[in-house]
Amino acid sequence: MMSVPRFWRKQVARYNLIGTHCANCGAYYYPPRNMCPKCRREGKLENFKFSGKGEVLTYTVIHTAAEGFEKQTPYVLAIVKLEEGPSLTSQIVADPKDMSIGMKVRPVFRKLGESGERGMIYYGTKFIPE
Amino acid sequence: MRDVAIIGVKTTRFGENWDVSLRDIITEAGVGALEDAGVAGEEIDSIIVGNMSGGQFIEQEHIGALIADYAGLAKELHVPATRVEAACASGGLALRQGIHSVASGLEDIVVAAGVEKMTDISSSSASTALAAAADREWEGIMGATFPGLYAMIARLHMHKYGTTSEQLAEVAVKNHANGVNNPIAQYRNKISVDDVLNSIMVADPLHIFDCSPITDGAAAVILAPADIAHKYTDTPIYVKATSQASDTIALHDRRDITTLDATVEASKRAFKMAKLTPGDIDLVEVHDCFTIAEICAIEDLGFVKKGDGGKFTEEGNTSIGGKIPVNTSGGLKACGHPVGATGIKQAVEVVEQLRGDAGKRQVDGAEVGMTHNVGGSGATAVVHIFSRNR
Repeated sequence: MMSVPRFWRKQVARYNLIGTHCANCGAYYYPPRNMCPKCRREGKLENFKFSGKGEVLTYTVIHTAAEGFEKQTPYVLAIVKLEEGPSLTSQIVADPKDMSIGMKVRPVFRKLGESGERGMIYYGTKFIPE
Repeated sequence: MRDVAIIGVKTTRFGENWDVSLRDIITEAGVGALEDAGVAGEEIDSIIVGNMSGGQFIEQEHIGALIADYAGLAKELHVPATRVEAACASGGLALRQGIHSVASGLEDIVVAAGVEKMTDISSSSASTALAAAADREWEGIMGATFPGLYAMIARLHMHKYGTTSEQLAEVAVKNHANGVNNPIAQYRNKISVDDVLNSIMVADPLHIFDCSPITDGAAAVILAPADIAHKYTDTPIYVKATSQASDTIALHDRRDITTLDATVEASKRAFKMAKLTPGDIDLVEVHDCFTIAEICAIEDLGFVKKGDGGKFTEEGNTSIGGKIPVNTSGGLKACGHPVGATGIKQAVEVVEQLRGDAGKRQVDGAEVGMTHNVGGSGATAVVHIFSRNR
């Protein structure tokens, strides 16, 4: 997974789907950014909590897991386009057979993984069918 | 700016080569390329090497110095050696940096090389190391793997354009057929569409035979100013264009998931620099880290309309003898994919083809060739165009 400070630094954004909104151009970003890629130094970024409603842009069913995700296979990984505009990568908690491009999803707070039996447990936002 | 030529090339055997180390294979490639060019060590102005992750694969950094040392160019000659990194495009990047150096007039003889030693760790650790080419904090943490990212490209490509699993499989079948005739290829066996479709699923819709393997290997080319190239060889191959473009590190931030805009842009810049069009290219080595990646590459480079890559491949247009032979070396799929070496190996293949030295995989009358090297899921693309004619 990743080190405690590296995860903790963006914990609030991961738990609550908090990204950024540029008051200059109106664009929304998730994951959060410190600089608006459109306005660059002209940008005015502020925190923004996303509704989490979105749709599946594309997905895959992973059978050969990333290290640390072995017990979860097969799992559905997707790119979800949020209703405010930005897209993110997350897991969909659903039967792979029920998946389709364009399906509506909403966010859920879930365990992502853990650093061994005594290590930290990582939580974050996954999605379920609407 | 000066014209640049390639005057010597060498690729080592690609494969799961437990008997040799990183320093062994990069030295073999470098010495081989120098012998091919007839260049003495004293003539070398600098070494540029592409290496994605010595740190993760063999817990060795400072790869440039290591190479200069083991090539006998450090202790007395003190030849500068620089490592560059752009994930799987590290090799292409090394070539580009070497070309910059010679073109600028700052240096004359430059060794541009690439190396990766990937099989000293388990395949799952190697997969984790490769996943560092994606966004660890916002893709990797969610369980994304590289096959998973390309599988999402494939699924949407199928949805939007009707591309089929059989068409993807045809990429692997064709590349294995080419690999049979490449002495350095990791896999030299033919496979069928059914073999691909019946192989285990890694990340739906990609099977294990849709994926390039984990490979050890190294490659090197010797660069020189075009004006003195004939001093070393009767068949210098001229660099007509070098280009590079960036895109977002994460796949989810792209303008279009099924298009590698970095490839589109690098291709446009290369054709502009070379004053050529896709119709002028006789063969191309593209970055087929997965079968879908070759489909996207031939579309994004401009050889076929967006969405038609699968059908174009199925019809045999990308085979040797077809409209545009793609990956005559066997590509990443069959020749193997030692990530830092791949971009240089592609150039070596094109040089051998343009010299007319490619044996049974020779493209008849090849005059102009192209290489296309991608980092990550498309955050970096490096494109080169080479010609027999200056």
